[in-house]
Amino acid sequence: MIEAEGRPEAAMTEPSADALRETPLAERHRALGARLIPFAGWLMPVQYAGILQEHHAVRNAAGLFDLGHMGQVEIAGDDALSFLQWATSNDVSRLAPGDAQYALLTNPAGGVVDDIIIYRYPDDDLQRYMVVVNASNRTKDVDWLRGQRAERSDLRVAVNDISDRIGMIAIQGPRAEWIVQPLTATELPALEPFHWTRSEVAGFEAMVARTGYTGEDGFEFYTPIEQIGGLWDGLVAAGRDDGLAPIGLGARDTLRLEARMPLYGNELGDDIGPLEAGLGWAVALEKGDFVGREPIARMKTSGPPRRTVGFRLVERSGAARHGYPVSVGGCEVGHVTSGAMSPTLGQNIGLALVERDAAGIGKPLTVSVRGRPVTAEQVKTPFYRRLHAAPPSG
Amino acid sequence: MASPADLKYTRTHEWVRLDGEVATIGITDRAQTELGDITYLELPEIGSSLESAKPFGIVESVKAASDVYAPLDGEVIERNEDVILAPDLINSSPYEQAWLLRLRLTDSAQAESLLDAAAYDDFAGDAAPH
Repeated sequence: MIEAEGRPEAAMTEPSADALRETPLAERHRALGARLIPFAGWLMPVQYAGILQEHHAVRNAAGLFDLGHMGQVEIAGDDALSFLQWATSNDVSRLAPGDAQYALLTNPAGGVVDDIIIYRYPDDDLQRYMVVVNASNRTKDVDWLRGQRAERSDLRVAVNDISDRIGMIAIQGPRAEWIVQPLTATELPALEPFHWTRSEVAGFEAMVARTGYTGEDGFEFYTPIEQIGGLWDGLVAAGRDDGLAPIGLGARDTLRLEARMPLYGNELGDDIGPLEAGLGWAVALEKGDFVGREPIARMKTSGPPRRTVGFRLVERSGAARHGYPVSVGGCEVGHVTSGAMSPTLGQNIGLALVERDAAGIGKPLTVSVRGRPVTAEQVKTPFYRRLHAAPPSG
Repeated sequence: MASPADLKYTRTHEWVRLDGEVATIGITDRAQTELGDITYLELPEIGSSLESAKPFGIVESVKAASDVYAPLDGEVIERNEDVILAPDLINSSPYEQAWLLRLRLTDSAQAESLLDAAAYDDFAGDAAPH
């Protein structure tokens, strides 16, 4: 046994240890009993106490994530806004200082280079933004952004990869605010989702953003990399009595799937368009021209040929995993992009990219689970939605 | 942690408890640790014939699906329905509550090819993840 075919770590089980990078928190992860695996060129914790326990900790209390592998790119200059309007899918002009926005980097064919979050600096008169990119795409994205800058030599803008200077950690869960508030003078209830502010947290200057990748309330912190260990320790200490648990990549994946947040390489790719991925809301066709606008606009008119649908398996079965074929009446109509046993729902759930005629709640789907046809039911997404940001009981 | 001395083992991380013509089989503590939280188990019906070193079932954790291999040739005479309903027993009690199948062996002499606990621990190494 132990012939993993799951994701994300299956394709990368054997570490070529010398080439792997570690974040400044790696020793802390080891001391916490984490299992570290290669992921996107980094040695990262896949689990500490266990994926299920960690998943439930985030849904019921709070979890702490080392996101030091993610990339940060600073876009600055007199024409930074015009550049981002050209290079990204969403309408960046909507961002006031301190705002954040989900967007895509789209390619000329209308496929997706990466999904990103754009943060406009909170207290800067200059046009200055930070773009946070996926670890697996960091080099590709930086090259791509520099390529766009070269293409738009009319714009005065600098593209700086600041990933090596920035540490990133997240705290997510219903008790996140409760845990963080005593560590900062900033009034956290006033910090709305997709906003950020400069703040001192546990004695360290940080950028505090109300963003995340779990479907829970919470914060992401960006701080100079030398401070990330101290900030981590401060949060761990503050959360000790509130069930704050360190969370690995395994639970991060099940949490984001339940919240129907896309994962690049699964729901998104160079040959999957934003409309097919169900991310039309992150594409602002009306803002003017941008890379990939024309094919996306055409697809909007004609309707996307494929759609991403949510499903649950209605028979007892193993999980529907990435790449498993999906069929209707014996004809293959697509494949599973992500799937798992949902720890919150106790059911096998998944997302599939299928031909548009097959998509629709109530329409039948069959997932081939290790060669065995299993009946699925198309369901509304997200699979999990938190009720509200309830104040913790204590 | 040393594996139980009264059991035999395979290089694919199954354990075997021999009792004359009957063998009880399961998966080792090292295997369940490696897999993590186990969420699903598929086992063959009673009466099925198993062939040594061929997959007979599937065990899934949150992150991966894995085959389970037959340690010996034999016919399934009993199946642990409790562990099918609660596969996490494999995590909590791999050698006791989470036995998977009982086999009537085709040739009990075949068992001589299995590893003893010391040989298995040696093979598996002490690098078991925590």
